[in-house]
Parts: sequence; C-alpha cells; structure tokens
Amino acid sequence: MTTTLVPNDPQEAAVHDFTDAPTDEPAISVRGLVKSFGEVRALDGVDLEVPRGAVLALLGPNGAGKTTAVRVLTTLLEPDAGTARVVGLDVVRDARALRERIGLAGQYAAVDENLTGLGNLIMVGRLYGMRRAAARERGLELLADFELMDAAKRPAKTYSGGMRRRLDLAAALVARPPVLFLDEPTTGLDPRSRLALWETIETLKADGTTVLLTTQYLDEADRLADTIAVVDRGSVIARGTSDELKDRLGGERLEVRLADATAAPIAERALAPMSEEPPTTQDGTVSLTVRGRDGTIVEAVRRLDEAGVGVLDLGLRRPTLDDVFLSLTGHVAEAADDEEETA
Amino acid sequence: MSRLVSDTLVLSERNLSRLRTAPDLLIAFTVQPVMFVLLFAFVFGGAIQTPGYDYIDFLIPGIIVQNIAFGGFVTALGLNEDVTKGLIDRFRTLPMARAAVLAGRTLADVVTNLLSLLILLATALIIGFSFDAGAGEIVAGIGLLMLFGYAFSWVFALLGLMVSSPESANSLGFLAVFPLTFISSAFVPVESMPGGLAWFAEINPFTIVVDAMRALWLDAPAGNAVWGAVVWSLVIMAIFAPLAVRRYRLAAAR
Ligand SMILES: Nc1ncnc2c1ncn2[C@@H]1O[C@H](COP(=O)(O)OP(=O)(O)O)[C@@H](O)[C@H]1O
Ligand SMILES: [Mg+2]
Repeated sequence: MTTTLVPNDPQEAAVHDFTDAPTDEPAISVRGLVKSFGEVRALDGVDLEVPRGAVLALLGPNGAGKTTAVRVLTTLLEPDAGTARVVGLDVVRDARALRERIGLAGQYAAVDENLTGLGNLIMVGRLYGMRRAAARERGLELLADFELMDAAKRPAKTYSGGMRRRLDLAAALVARPPVLFLDEPTTGLDPRSRLALWETIETLKADGTTVLLTTQYLDEADRLADTIAVVDRGSVIARGTSDELKDRLGGERLEVRLADATAAPIAERALAPMSEEPPTTQDGTVSLTVRGRDGTIVEAVRRLDEAGVGVLDLGLRRPTLDDVFLSLTGHVAEAADDEEETA
Repeated sequence: MSRLVSDTLVLSERNLSRLRTAPDLLIAFTVQPVMFVLLFAFVFGGAIQTPGYDYIDFLIPGIIVQNIAFGGFVTALGLNEDVTKGLIDRFRTLPMARAAVLAGRTLADVVTNLLSLLILLATALIIGFSFDAGAGEIVAGIGLLMLFGYAFSWVFALLGLMVSSPESANSLGFLAVFPLTFISSAFVPVESMPGGLAWFAEINPFTIVVDAMRALWLDAPAGNAVWGAVVWSLVIMAIFAPLAVRRYRLAAAR
C-alpha cells in the first residue's frame, strides 16, 4: 500500500524530547484526579509528581485504582475532575499531541495474535506515521533488544506469556517515548522473565526515560522505583523512597520456628537484645523486628545455640505489601473485585 | 484526512493479512460458498420451479447476494477480538486517526467480498451460468454487490461490538441474517411461498437486491429494483454506521 500518503516525517515521532514543555516542568504532574464508575470512586483525589527521568511506582492491591490512573494518564479515559499533565501536555485537551510522546504496556498484553512479532511492530510504527521501511528497521531493532529475533516471523499467538509481554513493551517503545507507562508489567510472569523485565526497565531508566509503573509487589517497587506512592481505595496514602517507607514499617521480621514450643520463653530472652521491641510468639514461632540484614541470621543462630534452644527453621521475612498496608491503614490489603480487572 | 486514509490502509492490510495466517478464514471465503452453489444447484435444482429461467441462472444472483451479505462476518469477529483482547487500547494510545479502526475493518471486507465474488462467478460459469447482459450491466451489478456488502459490514460491525465473544457474534449473526436471506427471492420464487412469508419476502431488502441483480445480469424486468437496492444499501449504512461508531466509542472508553 502506498506510503506517499503519510504526511509525517518518520523521524518526528522518534524525537526524544519535550518540545512543548517548559524546561522545568515535571514529566508527570497530577492534581486532584477523580474518576468514578457508577458508585465506585476508582480515583478519589490523586496527586502525583514525577520528575523527568525518574521511576515512580504506584503500589497497591487489586482494585486500588492503579489501572484507572494509568488509563487516565495515557488518554484512554477522561477524568471526572482534576488535572493531569504529561510532558507538559494536558491529558484531555492535548491528547492527540501527547500520544506522540507516551508509550503504554497495559496490564494485559495488547498484541495482534494473528500477526507475527515483526508484523505487530511494523503496524504500530506505521500508525505512528513511519514509512514501512523505517517501521521495519525499528521493529527489528526492538526484537533484537527484547530477544525475540528467533520468533520474529512467528504469529504472536504462539508466544509464551513472557514473550507476549516483551512484544507488548517493544510496541510501546516503537516511537522512543520519553515517558513510559507500565501497568503491572510482571504480574503472571515466571521469576526468570520477571528479572529480565526488571533489567529492561532499568536500562530504559538509564537512558533517561521517565517511567510510571504499577505493581502489587513491594520488592518490585523497591528494586525499580525512585519513589513509591502507595494507593488504597483511589487515594495515595503514603509516598516516599522505599527506605522511607521501610522506616515507617520498622524493618524486617526475623522468624524462628522452634523444635520445642515450650522453649519459647528461653528463645525470646535470648533474642531480645536484637530488637527494640520485645519478641512475640505464636504457634511455636518466635518473631521480632530487626534492622540490619547483614549478620542477623548468624547472630540469631549463635544466640539460640548458646541458650540451648532447638530450631526447626529460621529466616528473615521482608516486609510485604500486607505489612505496608497493615502499618499504614490498620487493615490488610483486600483483593477487591478481581473480576473487574478486565477493564 | 490523509492520516485517516493512510491509517485505514495500514489497518485493512493488517486485517487482510489474517487470511494468509488463518487458513480457516480463507476456506470460509472460498470453499464454503462453492459448496453451497453446488449443493443448491444439484440437490434442490431439479425440485424448484423457476418459470422463465434455468435454476442455475435463477440461483446464482441469489446465492451471491447471500454470500456478500455474510462477508461482514470478518468485521464482527475481528472487532470483537480487538475489543475483548484489548488491542483497541493500543490503537487509542497511538497518534492515529480514530475512525481508521472501523474504516480499516469495513474496507478489508470489500476486498474479501471481491475475492469470494470472483470465486463464485468462476464456479457459476463452469456449471453453466450465463449472463444475459452487456459489460456495463455486469460491472454495475458488481458495483451494487460491493455497495450492499459494505452496508452489511456496518451491521456486522455493530454486532461485533455488542456481543461478548466471537462465538456469540457468530451464532447471533447467523440467526439474524440467515432467515432474512432465505425468506426472500434468493432461492425460490416469492410466488411459491405461503401468504405471510410471501408478504415478508416482498418487502425484504434481500428480495429487492436479488431482483436488482437479476435485472442487471439476466435482463429480468427491472421495475424499481435497481434504485430500490441502492437506496436500501444507503439506508442500512445510514442507520448502522453511526450506531457502530457510537458503540465503538463506548466500548473503547470503558
Ligand atoms: N470500567 C469499569 N467499570 C466499572 N468499575 C470499574 C471499571 N474499571 C475499574 N473499576 C473499578 O474501579 C476500581 C479501581 O479499579 P482499577 O483501577 O482497575 O484497580 P487496580 O488496577 O488497582 O486493580 C475497582 O473497584 C474496579 O472494580
Ligand atoms: Mg489493574
């Protein structure tokens, strides 16, 4: 089909800058964002700010409003109230111009299963206004980056879950967007694919891409994000670096499963000097909050050994999303409305 | 505007590429209509009286119209998949012309309709169909078929956007369109039907389009059939295209 009809300079969409934005404006800035679905207030006054080149993680349980926030910021949904600007462009008024500068990899991979991997990327490139040859070249480049070269000519329906995610992410990167939105990028991936995706996101960050990602996992937010915003029921209930949030949680938990439950008082006494708060025991497991990770386990083993306490199992448990929630809200993270997740 | 044209071409090319990778669809467009022609011509042909025509000549315009009307099925299935699998979210984050998604689908149907028309005509000529028409009328008939098929693509577009799965698009579409095509002059003369059915067949747009095709290709008395068929096609489009566009907007902004 003819390409002479394409008015755009193919390079235009690939320019990696913030042409329309005043230079000091943050990459993403959100004020008082509200979005309701009938009775449900999916977003209830969200404020966010992401400096250029930074990675922000929206951390929250199912139904917290993460996807809704991403959909508003990527021009898929119009907010009921509030404003949101991305690279200085209003998500409602300047939607068309904004779409040239953002990439989205949604919660579910949006790939055409009947097209090949390469076919998908060529299609997306051409819809950005690139000529076929340029779109093809860019597609091959991305397939190489994402280790999909071997599968380039296979229909996407033959891809594994991890490959689909990678193809979807590649599609989001076709026009080299300065701001990238990733909605639960690793949910449902096996540990190896998860790690690979983390590395990809780190590379993008190193190249100066601003990233907003959503996740249900504290360790993911911890590893990738400069700043974490904890969302619950449509509002941001805490924000800060992962260290700041962990401080509010009081560090990690040491858990010791005893061989003999009646030895609990002895074990508690032996371990008490390691924590600022007294240890607690439940069902033969002694647990206490500890600060540093280095040497903690060795020290605990030594102390228990000296006290003559037999141990079945012992380990450090990193704080989970549940711990964050428990400490921030006093209620556990509820897995709300799983069936609504198809939106 | 030129963006709309180029994006529409990109997407209809994408929709057509499916014919290459999904052989089941190609079979639906080629083998199935041929099978229908052969079954009707040789199984029912001897039993159905069509005064003034050989049954083959009578049958071919009817079965071609039926086939073209069903051509829009690909649009129903394809759009349904785009919505349920989230592909329209990808499209909607791209700086492309929004109308191109629907335009690309319906345009691809025109191409597949032409393909199945050519195959049907070739089969028809082999088993003894003969035109009683000049080149101009033959071409006008093809034009009318394409217009009518395009109008039905919008009916199927709406259907594909309203149902929850490709399977239900399939069965609902069949349920709605199949009886319409049979209670018409496509396969048997309307005069041979009982009162109520004959009345319905008389006003059925399919009858009008089939009669128009017979007027163009077989030199049957035209009456107002040809103009009637054009008007019907435009009316169907005028009703269903805006409905489909509206439904698309709703589905996309969930
Ligand atoms: N299209 C929709 N229609 C109705 N309710 C919705 C829709 N999308 C989301 N919701 C509701 O809004 C809330 C937030 O959903 P969502 O943004 O998907 O949360 P998350 O991505 O954090 O799991 C949930 O209660 C969900 O049921
Ligand atoms: Mg979500």
